[in-house]
Amino acid sequence: MNRLVPYIVVVLLVAVSACRQDMHDQDKYEALEKNEFFDDQRASRPRLPGTVARGHLQADDALYRGEVDGALVAQVPLAIDRALLARGRERFDIYCSPCHDRVGTGNGMIVQRGYKQPASLHDPRLRALPDGYFFQAITNGFGVMPSYAGQVPARDRWAIVAYIRALQLSQSAALAELDAADVDRLQRAGETQ
Amino acid sequence: MAQIFHPSTNTFSKVSIFGAVFLVGGLLWGLAVVNRSGYATQAGVAREQPVPFSHRHHSGELGLDCRYCHTSVEDSSSANIPPTQTCINCHAQIWADSPTLEPVRASYRSGESIQWVKVHDLPDFVYFDHSIHINKGIGCASCHGRVDEMNLVRQVSTLQMEWCVDCHRNPAAHVRPKEEVFNMSWFTQDQEALGARLVDEYHIESRDDCSVCHR
Ligand code: HEC
Ligand code: HEC
Ligand code: HEC
Ligand code: HEC
Ligand code: HEC
Ligand code: HEC
Repeated sequence: MNRLVPYIVVVLLVAVSACRQDMHDQDKYEALEKNEFFDDQRASRPRLPGTVARGHLQADDALYRGEVDGALVAQVPLAIDRALLARGRERFDIYCSPCHDRVGTGNGMIVQRGYKQPASLHDPRLRALPDGYFFQAITNGFGVMPSYAGQVPARDRWAIVAYIRALQLSQSAALAELDAADVDRLQRAGETQ
Repeated sequence: MAQIFHPSTNTFSKVSIFGAVFLVGGLLWGLAVVNRSGYATQAGVAREQPVPFSHRHHSGELGLDCRYCHTSVEDSSSANIPPTQTCINCHAQIWADSPTLEPVRASYRSGESIQWVKVHDLPDFVYFDHSIHINKGIGCASCHGRVDEMNLVRQVSTLQMEWCVDCHRNPAAHVRPKEEVFNMSWFTQDQEALGARLVDEYHIESRDDCSVCHR
């Protein structure tokens, strides 16, 4: 009998080692996991229409809708500083440049592959429109361009708008408005090309 | 009584006792290798997906930033798999009749999720958070490899505890400038000097307490 003990221990150890999956796949749900309980099988629940999560009330019309009493907001309702522009540039390059390209002329990679070409953001018509117009184009979509509200939160949308303004300025600034150092840089860049 | 074994077999038995040490050692070594291999960790195995979505195509060739789709990777524990709407952003017009994309259009019409097969899956008793890694300058490629060159995503790391802890004990060997986190092809000749500087600059601590990952 005693000689059997080691074998029994080994068999038990093997059996125990098979139990580890219980702790690997626990009865909790991770993000985007499947949950059979709901009809749509999503463990991450979509927000119910007509409800607001605590602390997420979007009461500020200017900030979240880009218009106040039906009039488009004229200027970005955030403090415009270097950090905001840098953020705007980064977000523009991620979410907009695939179609509008990095300077906003509308020749992005996806357009080259056959997507409808958007108007250049440097078009005089667009330059004359208020900031709220651009915000709403991102928020609600424009023509065939879908809404980017799901991918870009409101503050980032305003950062993008601020950056679009900077882009517009960059493409049509008069030489006389630049200081000497910038003119110098511009000339050197022209020579190396 | 006559001896059963001839004295010359002594050598044989000595050699086999000596060899047994190597045999056991070899077996243990073999186990360790198998345990870290793709067979046990599923590393290197590409999964069939409901739609043959190619990162090489979308990220490598079209140049889409990871964050265009994995929107929450910078500020949440989960990176997020994009909803069907994100695909439709472009595929409402591009390859709009392609049969390969039929499951995407079907999902858009019906509102049912596309059921992607999970590639990287840590056990549920491990806590992992993307945001801290991204914000402390660990690039996607350090953990996921050159995703922009993969047609179907496969795991390149073992995802074993040893792998996590190796980096946590010596983050300087992997950290990169924050601007380069999403750059798949970033490389430096002088990781040692750069790593030491960035660990200081980003206040990176070497964290290998059990409670960091098991909480
Ligand atoms: C998938 C390609 C694509 C992406 C990505 C995209 N757009 Fe567009 N956008 C278009 C197209 C195409 C139009 C023109 C739509 C039309 O005329 O039906 C357009 C129109 C616009 C307009 C209105 C221009 C006008 O003529 O009045 C603005 C403003 C704009 N986009 C801004 C943005 C911003 C900001 C982003 C990034 C958050 C962005 N777009 C991302 C394709 C895109
Ligand atoms: C056009 C959208 C899109 C872009 C851009 C994109 N991904 Fe993905 N990614 C997906 C989809 C959809 C999946 C799920 C299907 C799959 O696993 O292939 C996925 C899956 C993954 C996975 C595997 C997830 C798992 O199941 O474990 C990793 C890792 C990943 N992506 C990394 C990246 C990185 C790194 C980049 C930037 C170079 C990137 N992705 C860019 C859409 C995208
Ligand atoms: C920013 C635009 C964009 C987004 C977003 C995008 N794609 Fe694409 N996709 C393209 C382009 C452009 C092509 C074709 C490239 C070419 O012309 O070679 C393509 C090609 C494909 C193909 C190959 C089609 C075929 O018939 O061979 C598949 C499959 C595909 N995409 C799936 C997806 C899925 C799934 C998503 C969502 C996770 C997605 N794409 C999101 C732009 C996009
Ligand atoms: C420190 C290593 C590490 C880095 C850096 C990292 N990932 Fe991951 N990623 C993981 C691990 C581990 C998992 C599996 C998580 C799980 O199973 O809970 C994962 C899972 C994913 C998934 C599947 C969805 C999810 O969140 O579980 C996607 C998509 C993804 N990563 C994309 C990215 C992108 C894009 C980047 C770069 C911005 C990135 N990862 C950087 C380790 C990393
Ligand atoms: C390539 C390097 C690298 C790898 C691989 C890596 N980490 Fe990290 N991890 C870091 C760095 C750097 C930090 C930031 C440390 C600090 O300064 O707090 C960190 C922090 C963490 C934290 C702390 C988060 C918090 O909120 O306190 C957790 C949890 C974590 N990692 C889990 C993991 C797990 C689990 C794995 C393996 C699946 C892993 N990491 C793999 C580099 C890495
Ligand atoms: C950097 C993150 C990290 C730290 C720190 C860490 N672990 Fe782990 N641990 C993991 C991961 C990831 C796994 C899952 C490995 C796998 O799936 O093979 C794991 C698995 C384990 C397992 C194995 C469970 C099994 O069934 O295989 C044990 C036991 C364990 N850890 C104990 C510890 C102890 C004790 C410490 C402290 C000395 C510790 N861990 C610190 C990430 C970590």
